[in-house]
Amino acid sequence: MNAPVRSVEAAGDRVARFPQHKREEWIGRLYAYACVALLVVTIFSIVWFIASKGLTPFVSGAIRFSDLLFGRVWKPEGEPALFGALPFLAGSAYVSFLAAAIASPFGFCAAVFMTQIAPKLGRTVLQPAIELLAGIPSVVYGFVGLSVIVPFLREVFEGQGYGILAGSLVLSIMILPTITSIATDALHTLPAGLKEGSFALGATRWQTIYRLILPTTLPSLLTGIVLGISRAFGEALAVQMVIGNAPFVPTSLLQSAATLTSIITLEMGNTIGGSLHNNTLWSLALILLMMTFLFVFAVRFLERRAKR
Amino acid sequence: MSDTAFYTKDLSVFYGEKQAIKKVSITFPERQVVAFIGPSGCGKSTFLRSLNRMNDVIPGARVEGEIRIGGRDINDPSTDVVRLRQKIGMVWQKPNPFHKSIYENIAFGPRYHGVKDKRNLDEIVESSLRKTALWDEVKDRLHGSALALSGGQQQRLCIARSIAVQPSILLMDEPASALDPVSTAKIEELIAELKRDYSIVIVTHNMYQAARVSDKTAFFLMGDLIEYDETQKMFTNPSNRATDDYISGRFG
Repeated sequence: MNAPVRSVEAAGDRVARFPQHKREEWIGRLYAYACVALLVVTIFSIVWFIASKGLTPFVSGAIRFSDLLFGRVWKPEGEPALFGALPFLAGSAYVSFLAAAIASPFGFCAAVFMTQIAPKLGRTVLQPAIELLAGIPSVVYGFVGLSVIVPFLREVFEGQGYGILAGSLVLSIMILPTITSIATDALHTLPAGLKEGSFALGATRWQTIYRLILPTTLPSLLTGIVLGISRAFGEALAVQMVIGNAPFVPTSLLQSAATLTSIITLEMGNTIGGSLHNNTLWSLALILLMMTFLFVFAVRFLERRAKR
Repeated sequence: MSDTAFYTKDLSVFYGEKQAIKKVSITFPERQVVAFIGPSGCGKSTFLRSLNRMNDVIPGARVEGEIRIGGRDINDPSTDVVRLRQKIGMVWQKPNPFHKSIYENIAFGPRYHGVKDKRNLDEIVESSLRKTALWDEVKDRLHGSALALSGGQQQRLCIARSIAVQPSILLMDEPASALDPVSTAKIEELIAELKRDYSIVIVTHNMYQAARVSDKTAFFLMGDLIEYDETQKMFTNPSNRATDDYISGRFG
């Protein structure tokens, strides 16, 4: 007869020990931890998956890592099959850096214009226009590049029009919003009074901009460029549409070339999972991943410098 | 009496429709300190800013009347604003050192005005820092970041930066109000020191500071110049009722 009494007491005890606010606290905490855990697991699984696939060709001894990095010939169907990824590494590097070189001056100027010269026009017209630019899907960029830039280059220069130059031009427009918006933010957060201090010393507006404002915001501007390069490096579709996709180390801006991303999208459908060819494509994916890590570290480093 | 450094005649400043300064005429004596006092929003900072045309950069600001330095009206379209601002240094409430080394902060202005020679620049940097009593504190870290200095040191650096371009007039907009008492005392000492070479105009919220550092005091209220006289007289025997009320703390 004692048992029910005891259980009621126990229930009362539980309520006292776990009141509602404590329970809610625990549920919230559990939920947050679960989400974070899921996220971390997902990220690590992706990295693990890519690494395990991508490292197979080297572990099995089919390809030497240095051959992949420095080999100039990509002939996966050849006898013997050759996997030299230098053309793609070079192609990716060329288009990304060239795109950044084209886009950066425009991005800075746009940002300076929007913050220092005509803030009102910048806020009402330029800012929305640039945000729109960021929202256009890459296939549209590629299509425009294919129907405008490639024919234009074909008209003006010799050759097909496909190649590094076409790819860089398309990419430069795609990364312009990244560079511009980060530069704009940096210029907006300039400490108040810096500009006035420079004006009061007799500096003109232009002198103030290039002798004071640009050097002060340089780390943030570089962050924007690195993010732009990183986006250009990872962009596949638009580049693939205009670059010509020839696996050779390019010797001219107007020669067809290929990038890491474009070769992966092109060939992944034609390979059998587990084959050497397929695994080597994963190796290229691994290289892309490593490059991304590198860019992330570069950005972090620059941000730390910007805070000082 | 000493000579006149510059004077304003019927100076009015408008922000859009609003008139912030109403026909103010003041004569500033050479190598003396003039303090502007008055409650917030009375126009004393606006007046100060119009003296080196810093109001130019504010959209909608408009200036009427004359500001004459050495006989020339600075608002004349032919005035070279760059030369003007070189002659009139300015220091703000919040120290605004550039994100550069101490050396580069000082060398910044002279470089604009064409001093390229390294030895020349070194000299300017040293003498400017000596004049602001900063040299002994920073001489070992001239190439360290100016942002690592304390607030008071930063403010003195900003003063040093202004005098590096060899102005004849210094405008100070509440130069000590963001600083601790010790740093404030140093700035005040510095002002007393600097007035041997420069004509100084200082805006201050602190009436004791005005009494301590200035030779003449101007009291502003709602854009009007209420009274302008020797500081000694202003603080002991003001002729205007409103001045008396403000100085003795009955409002403001």
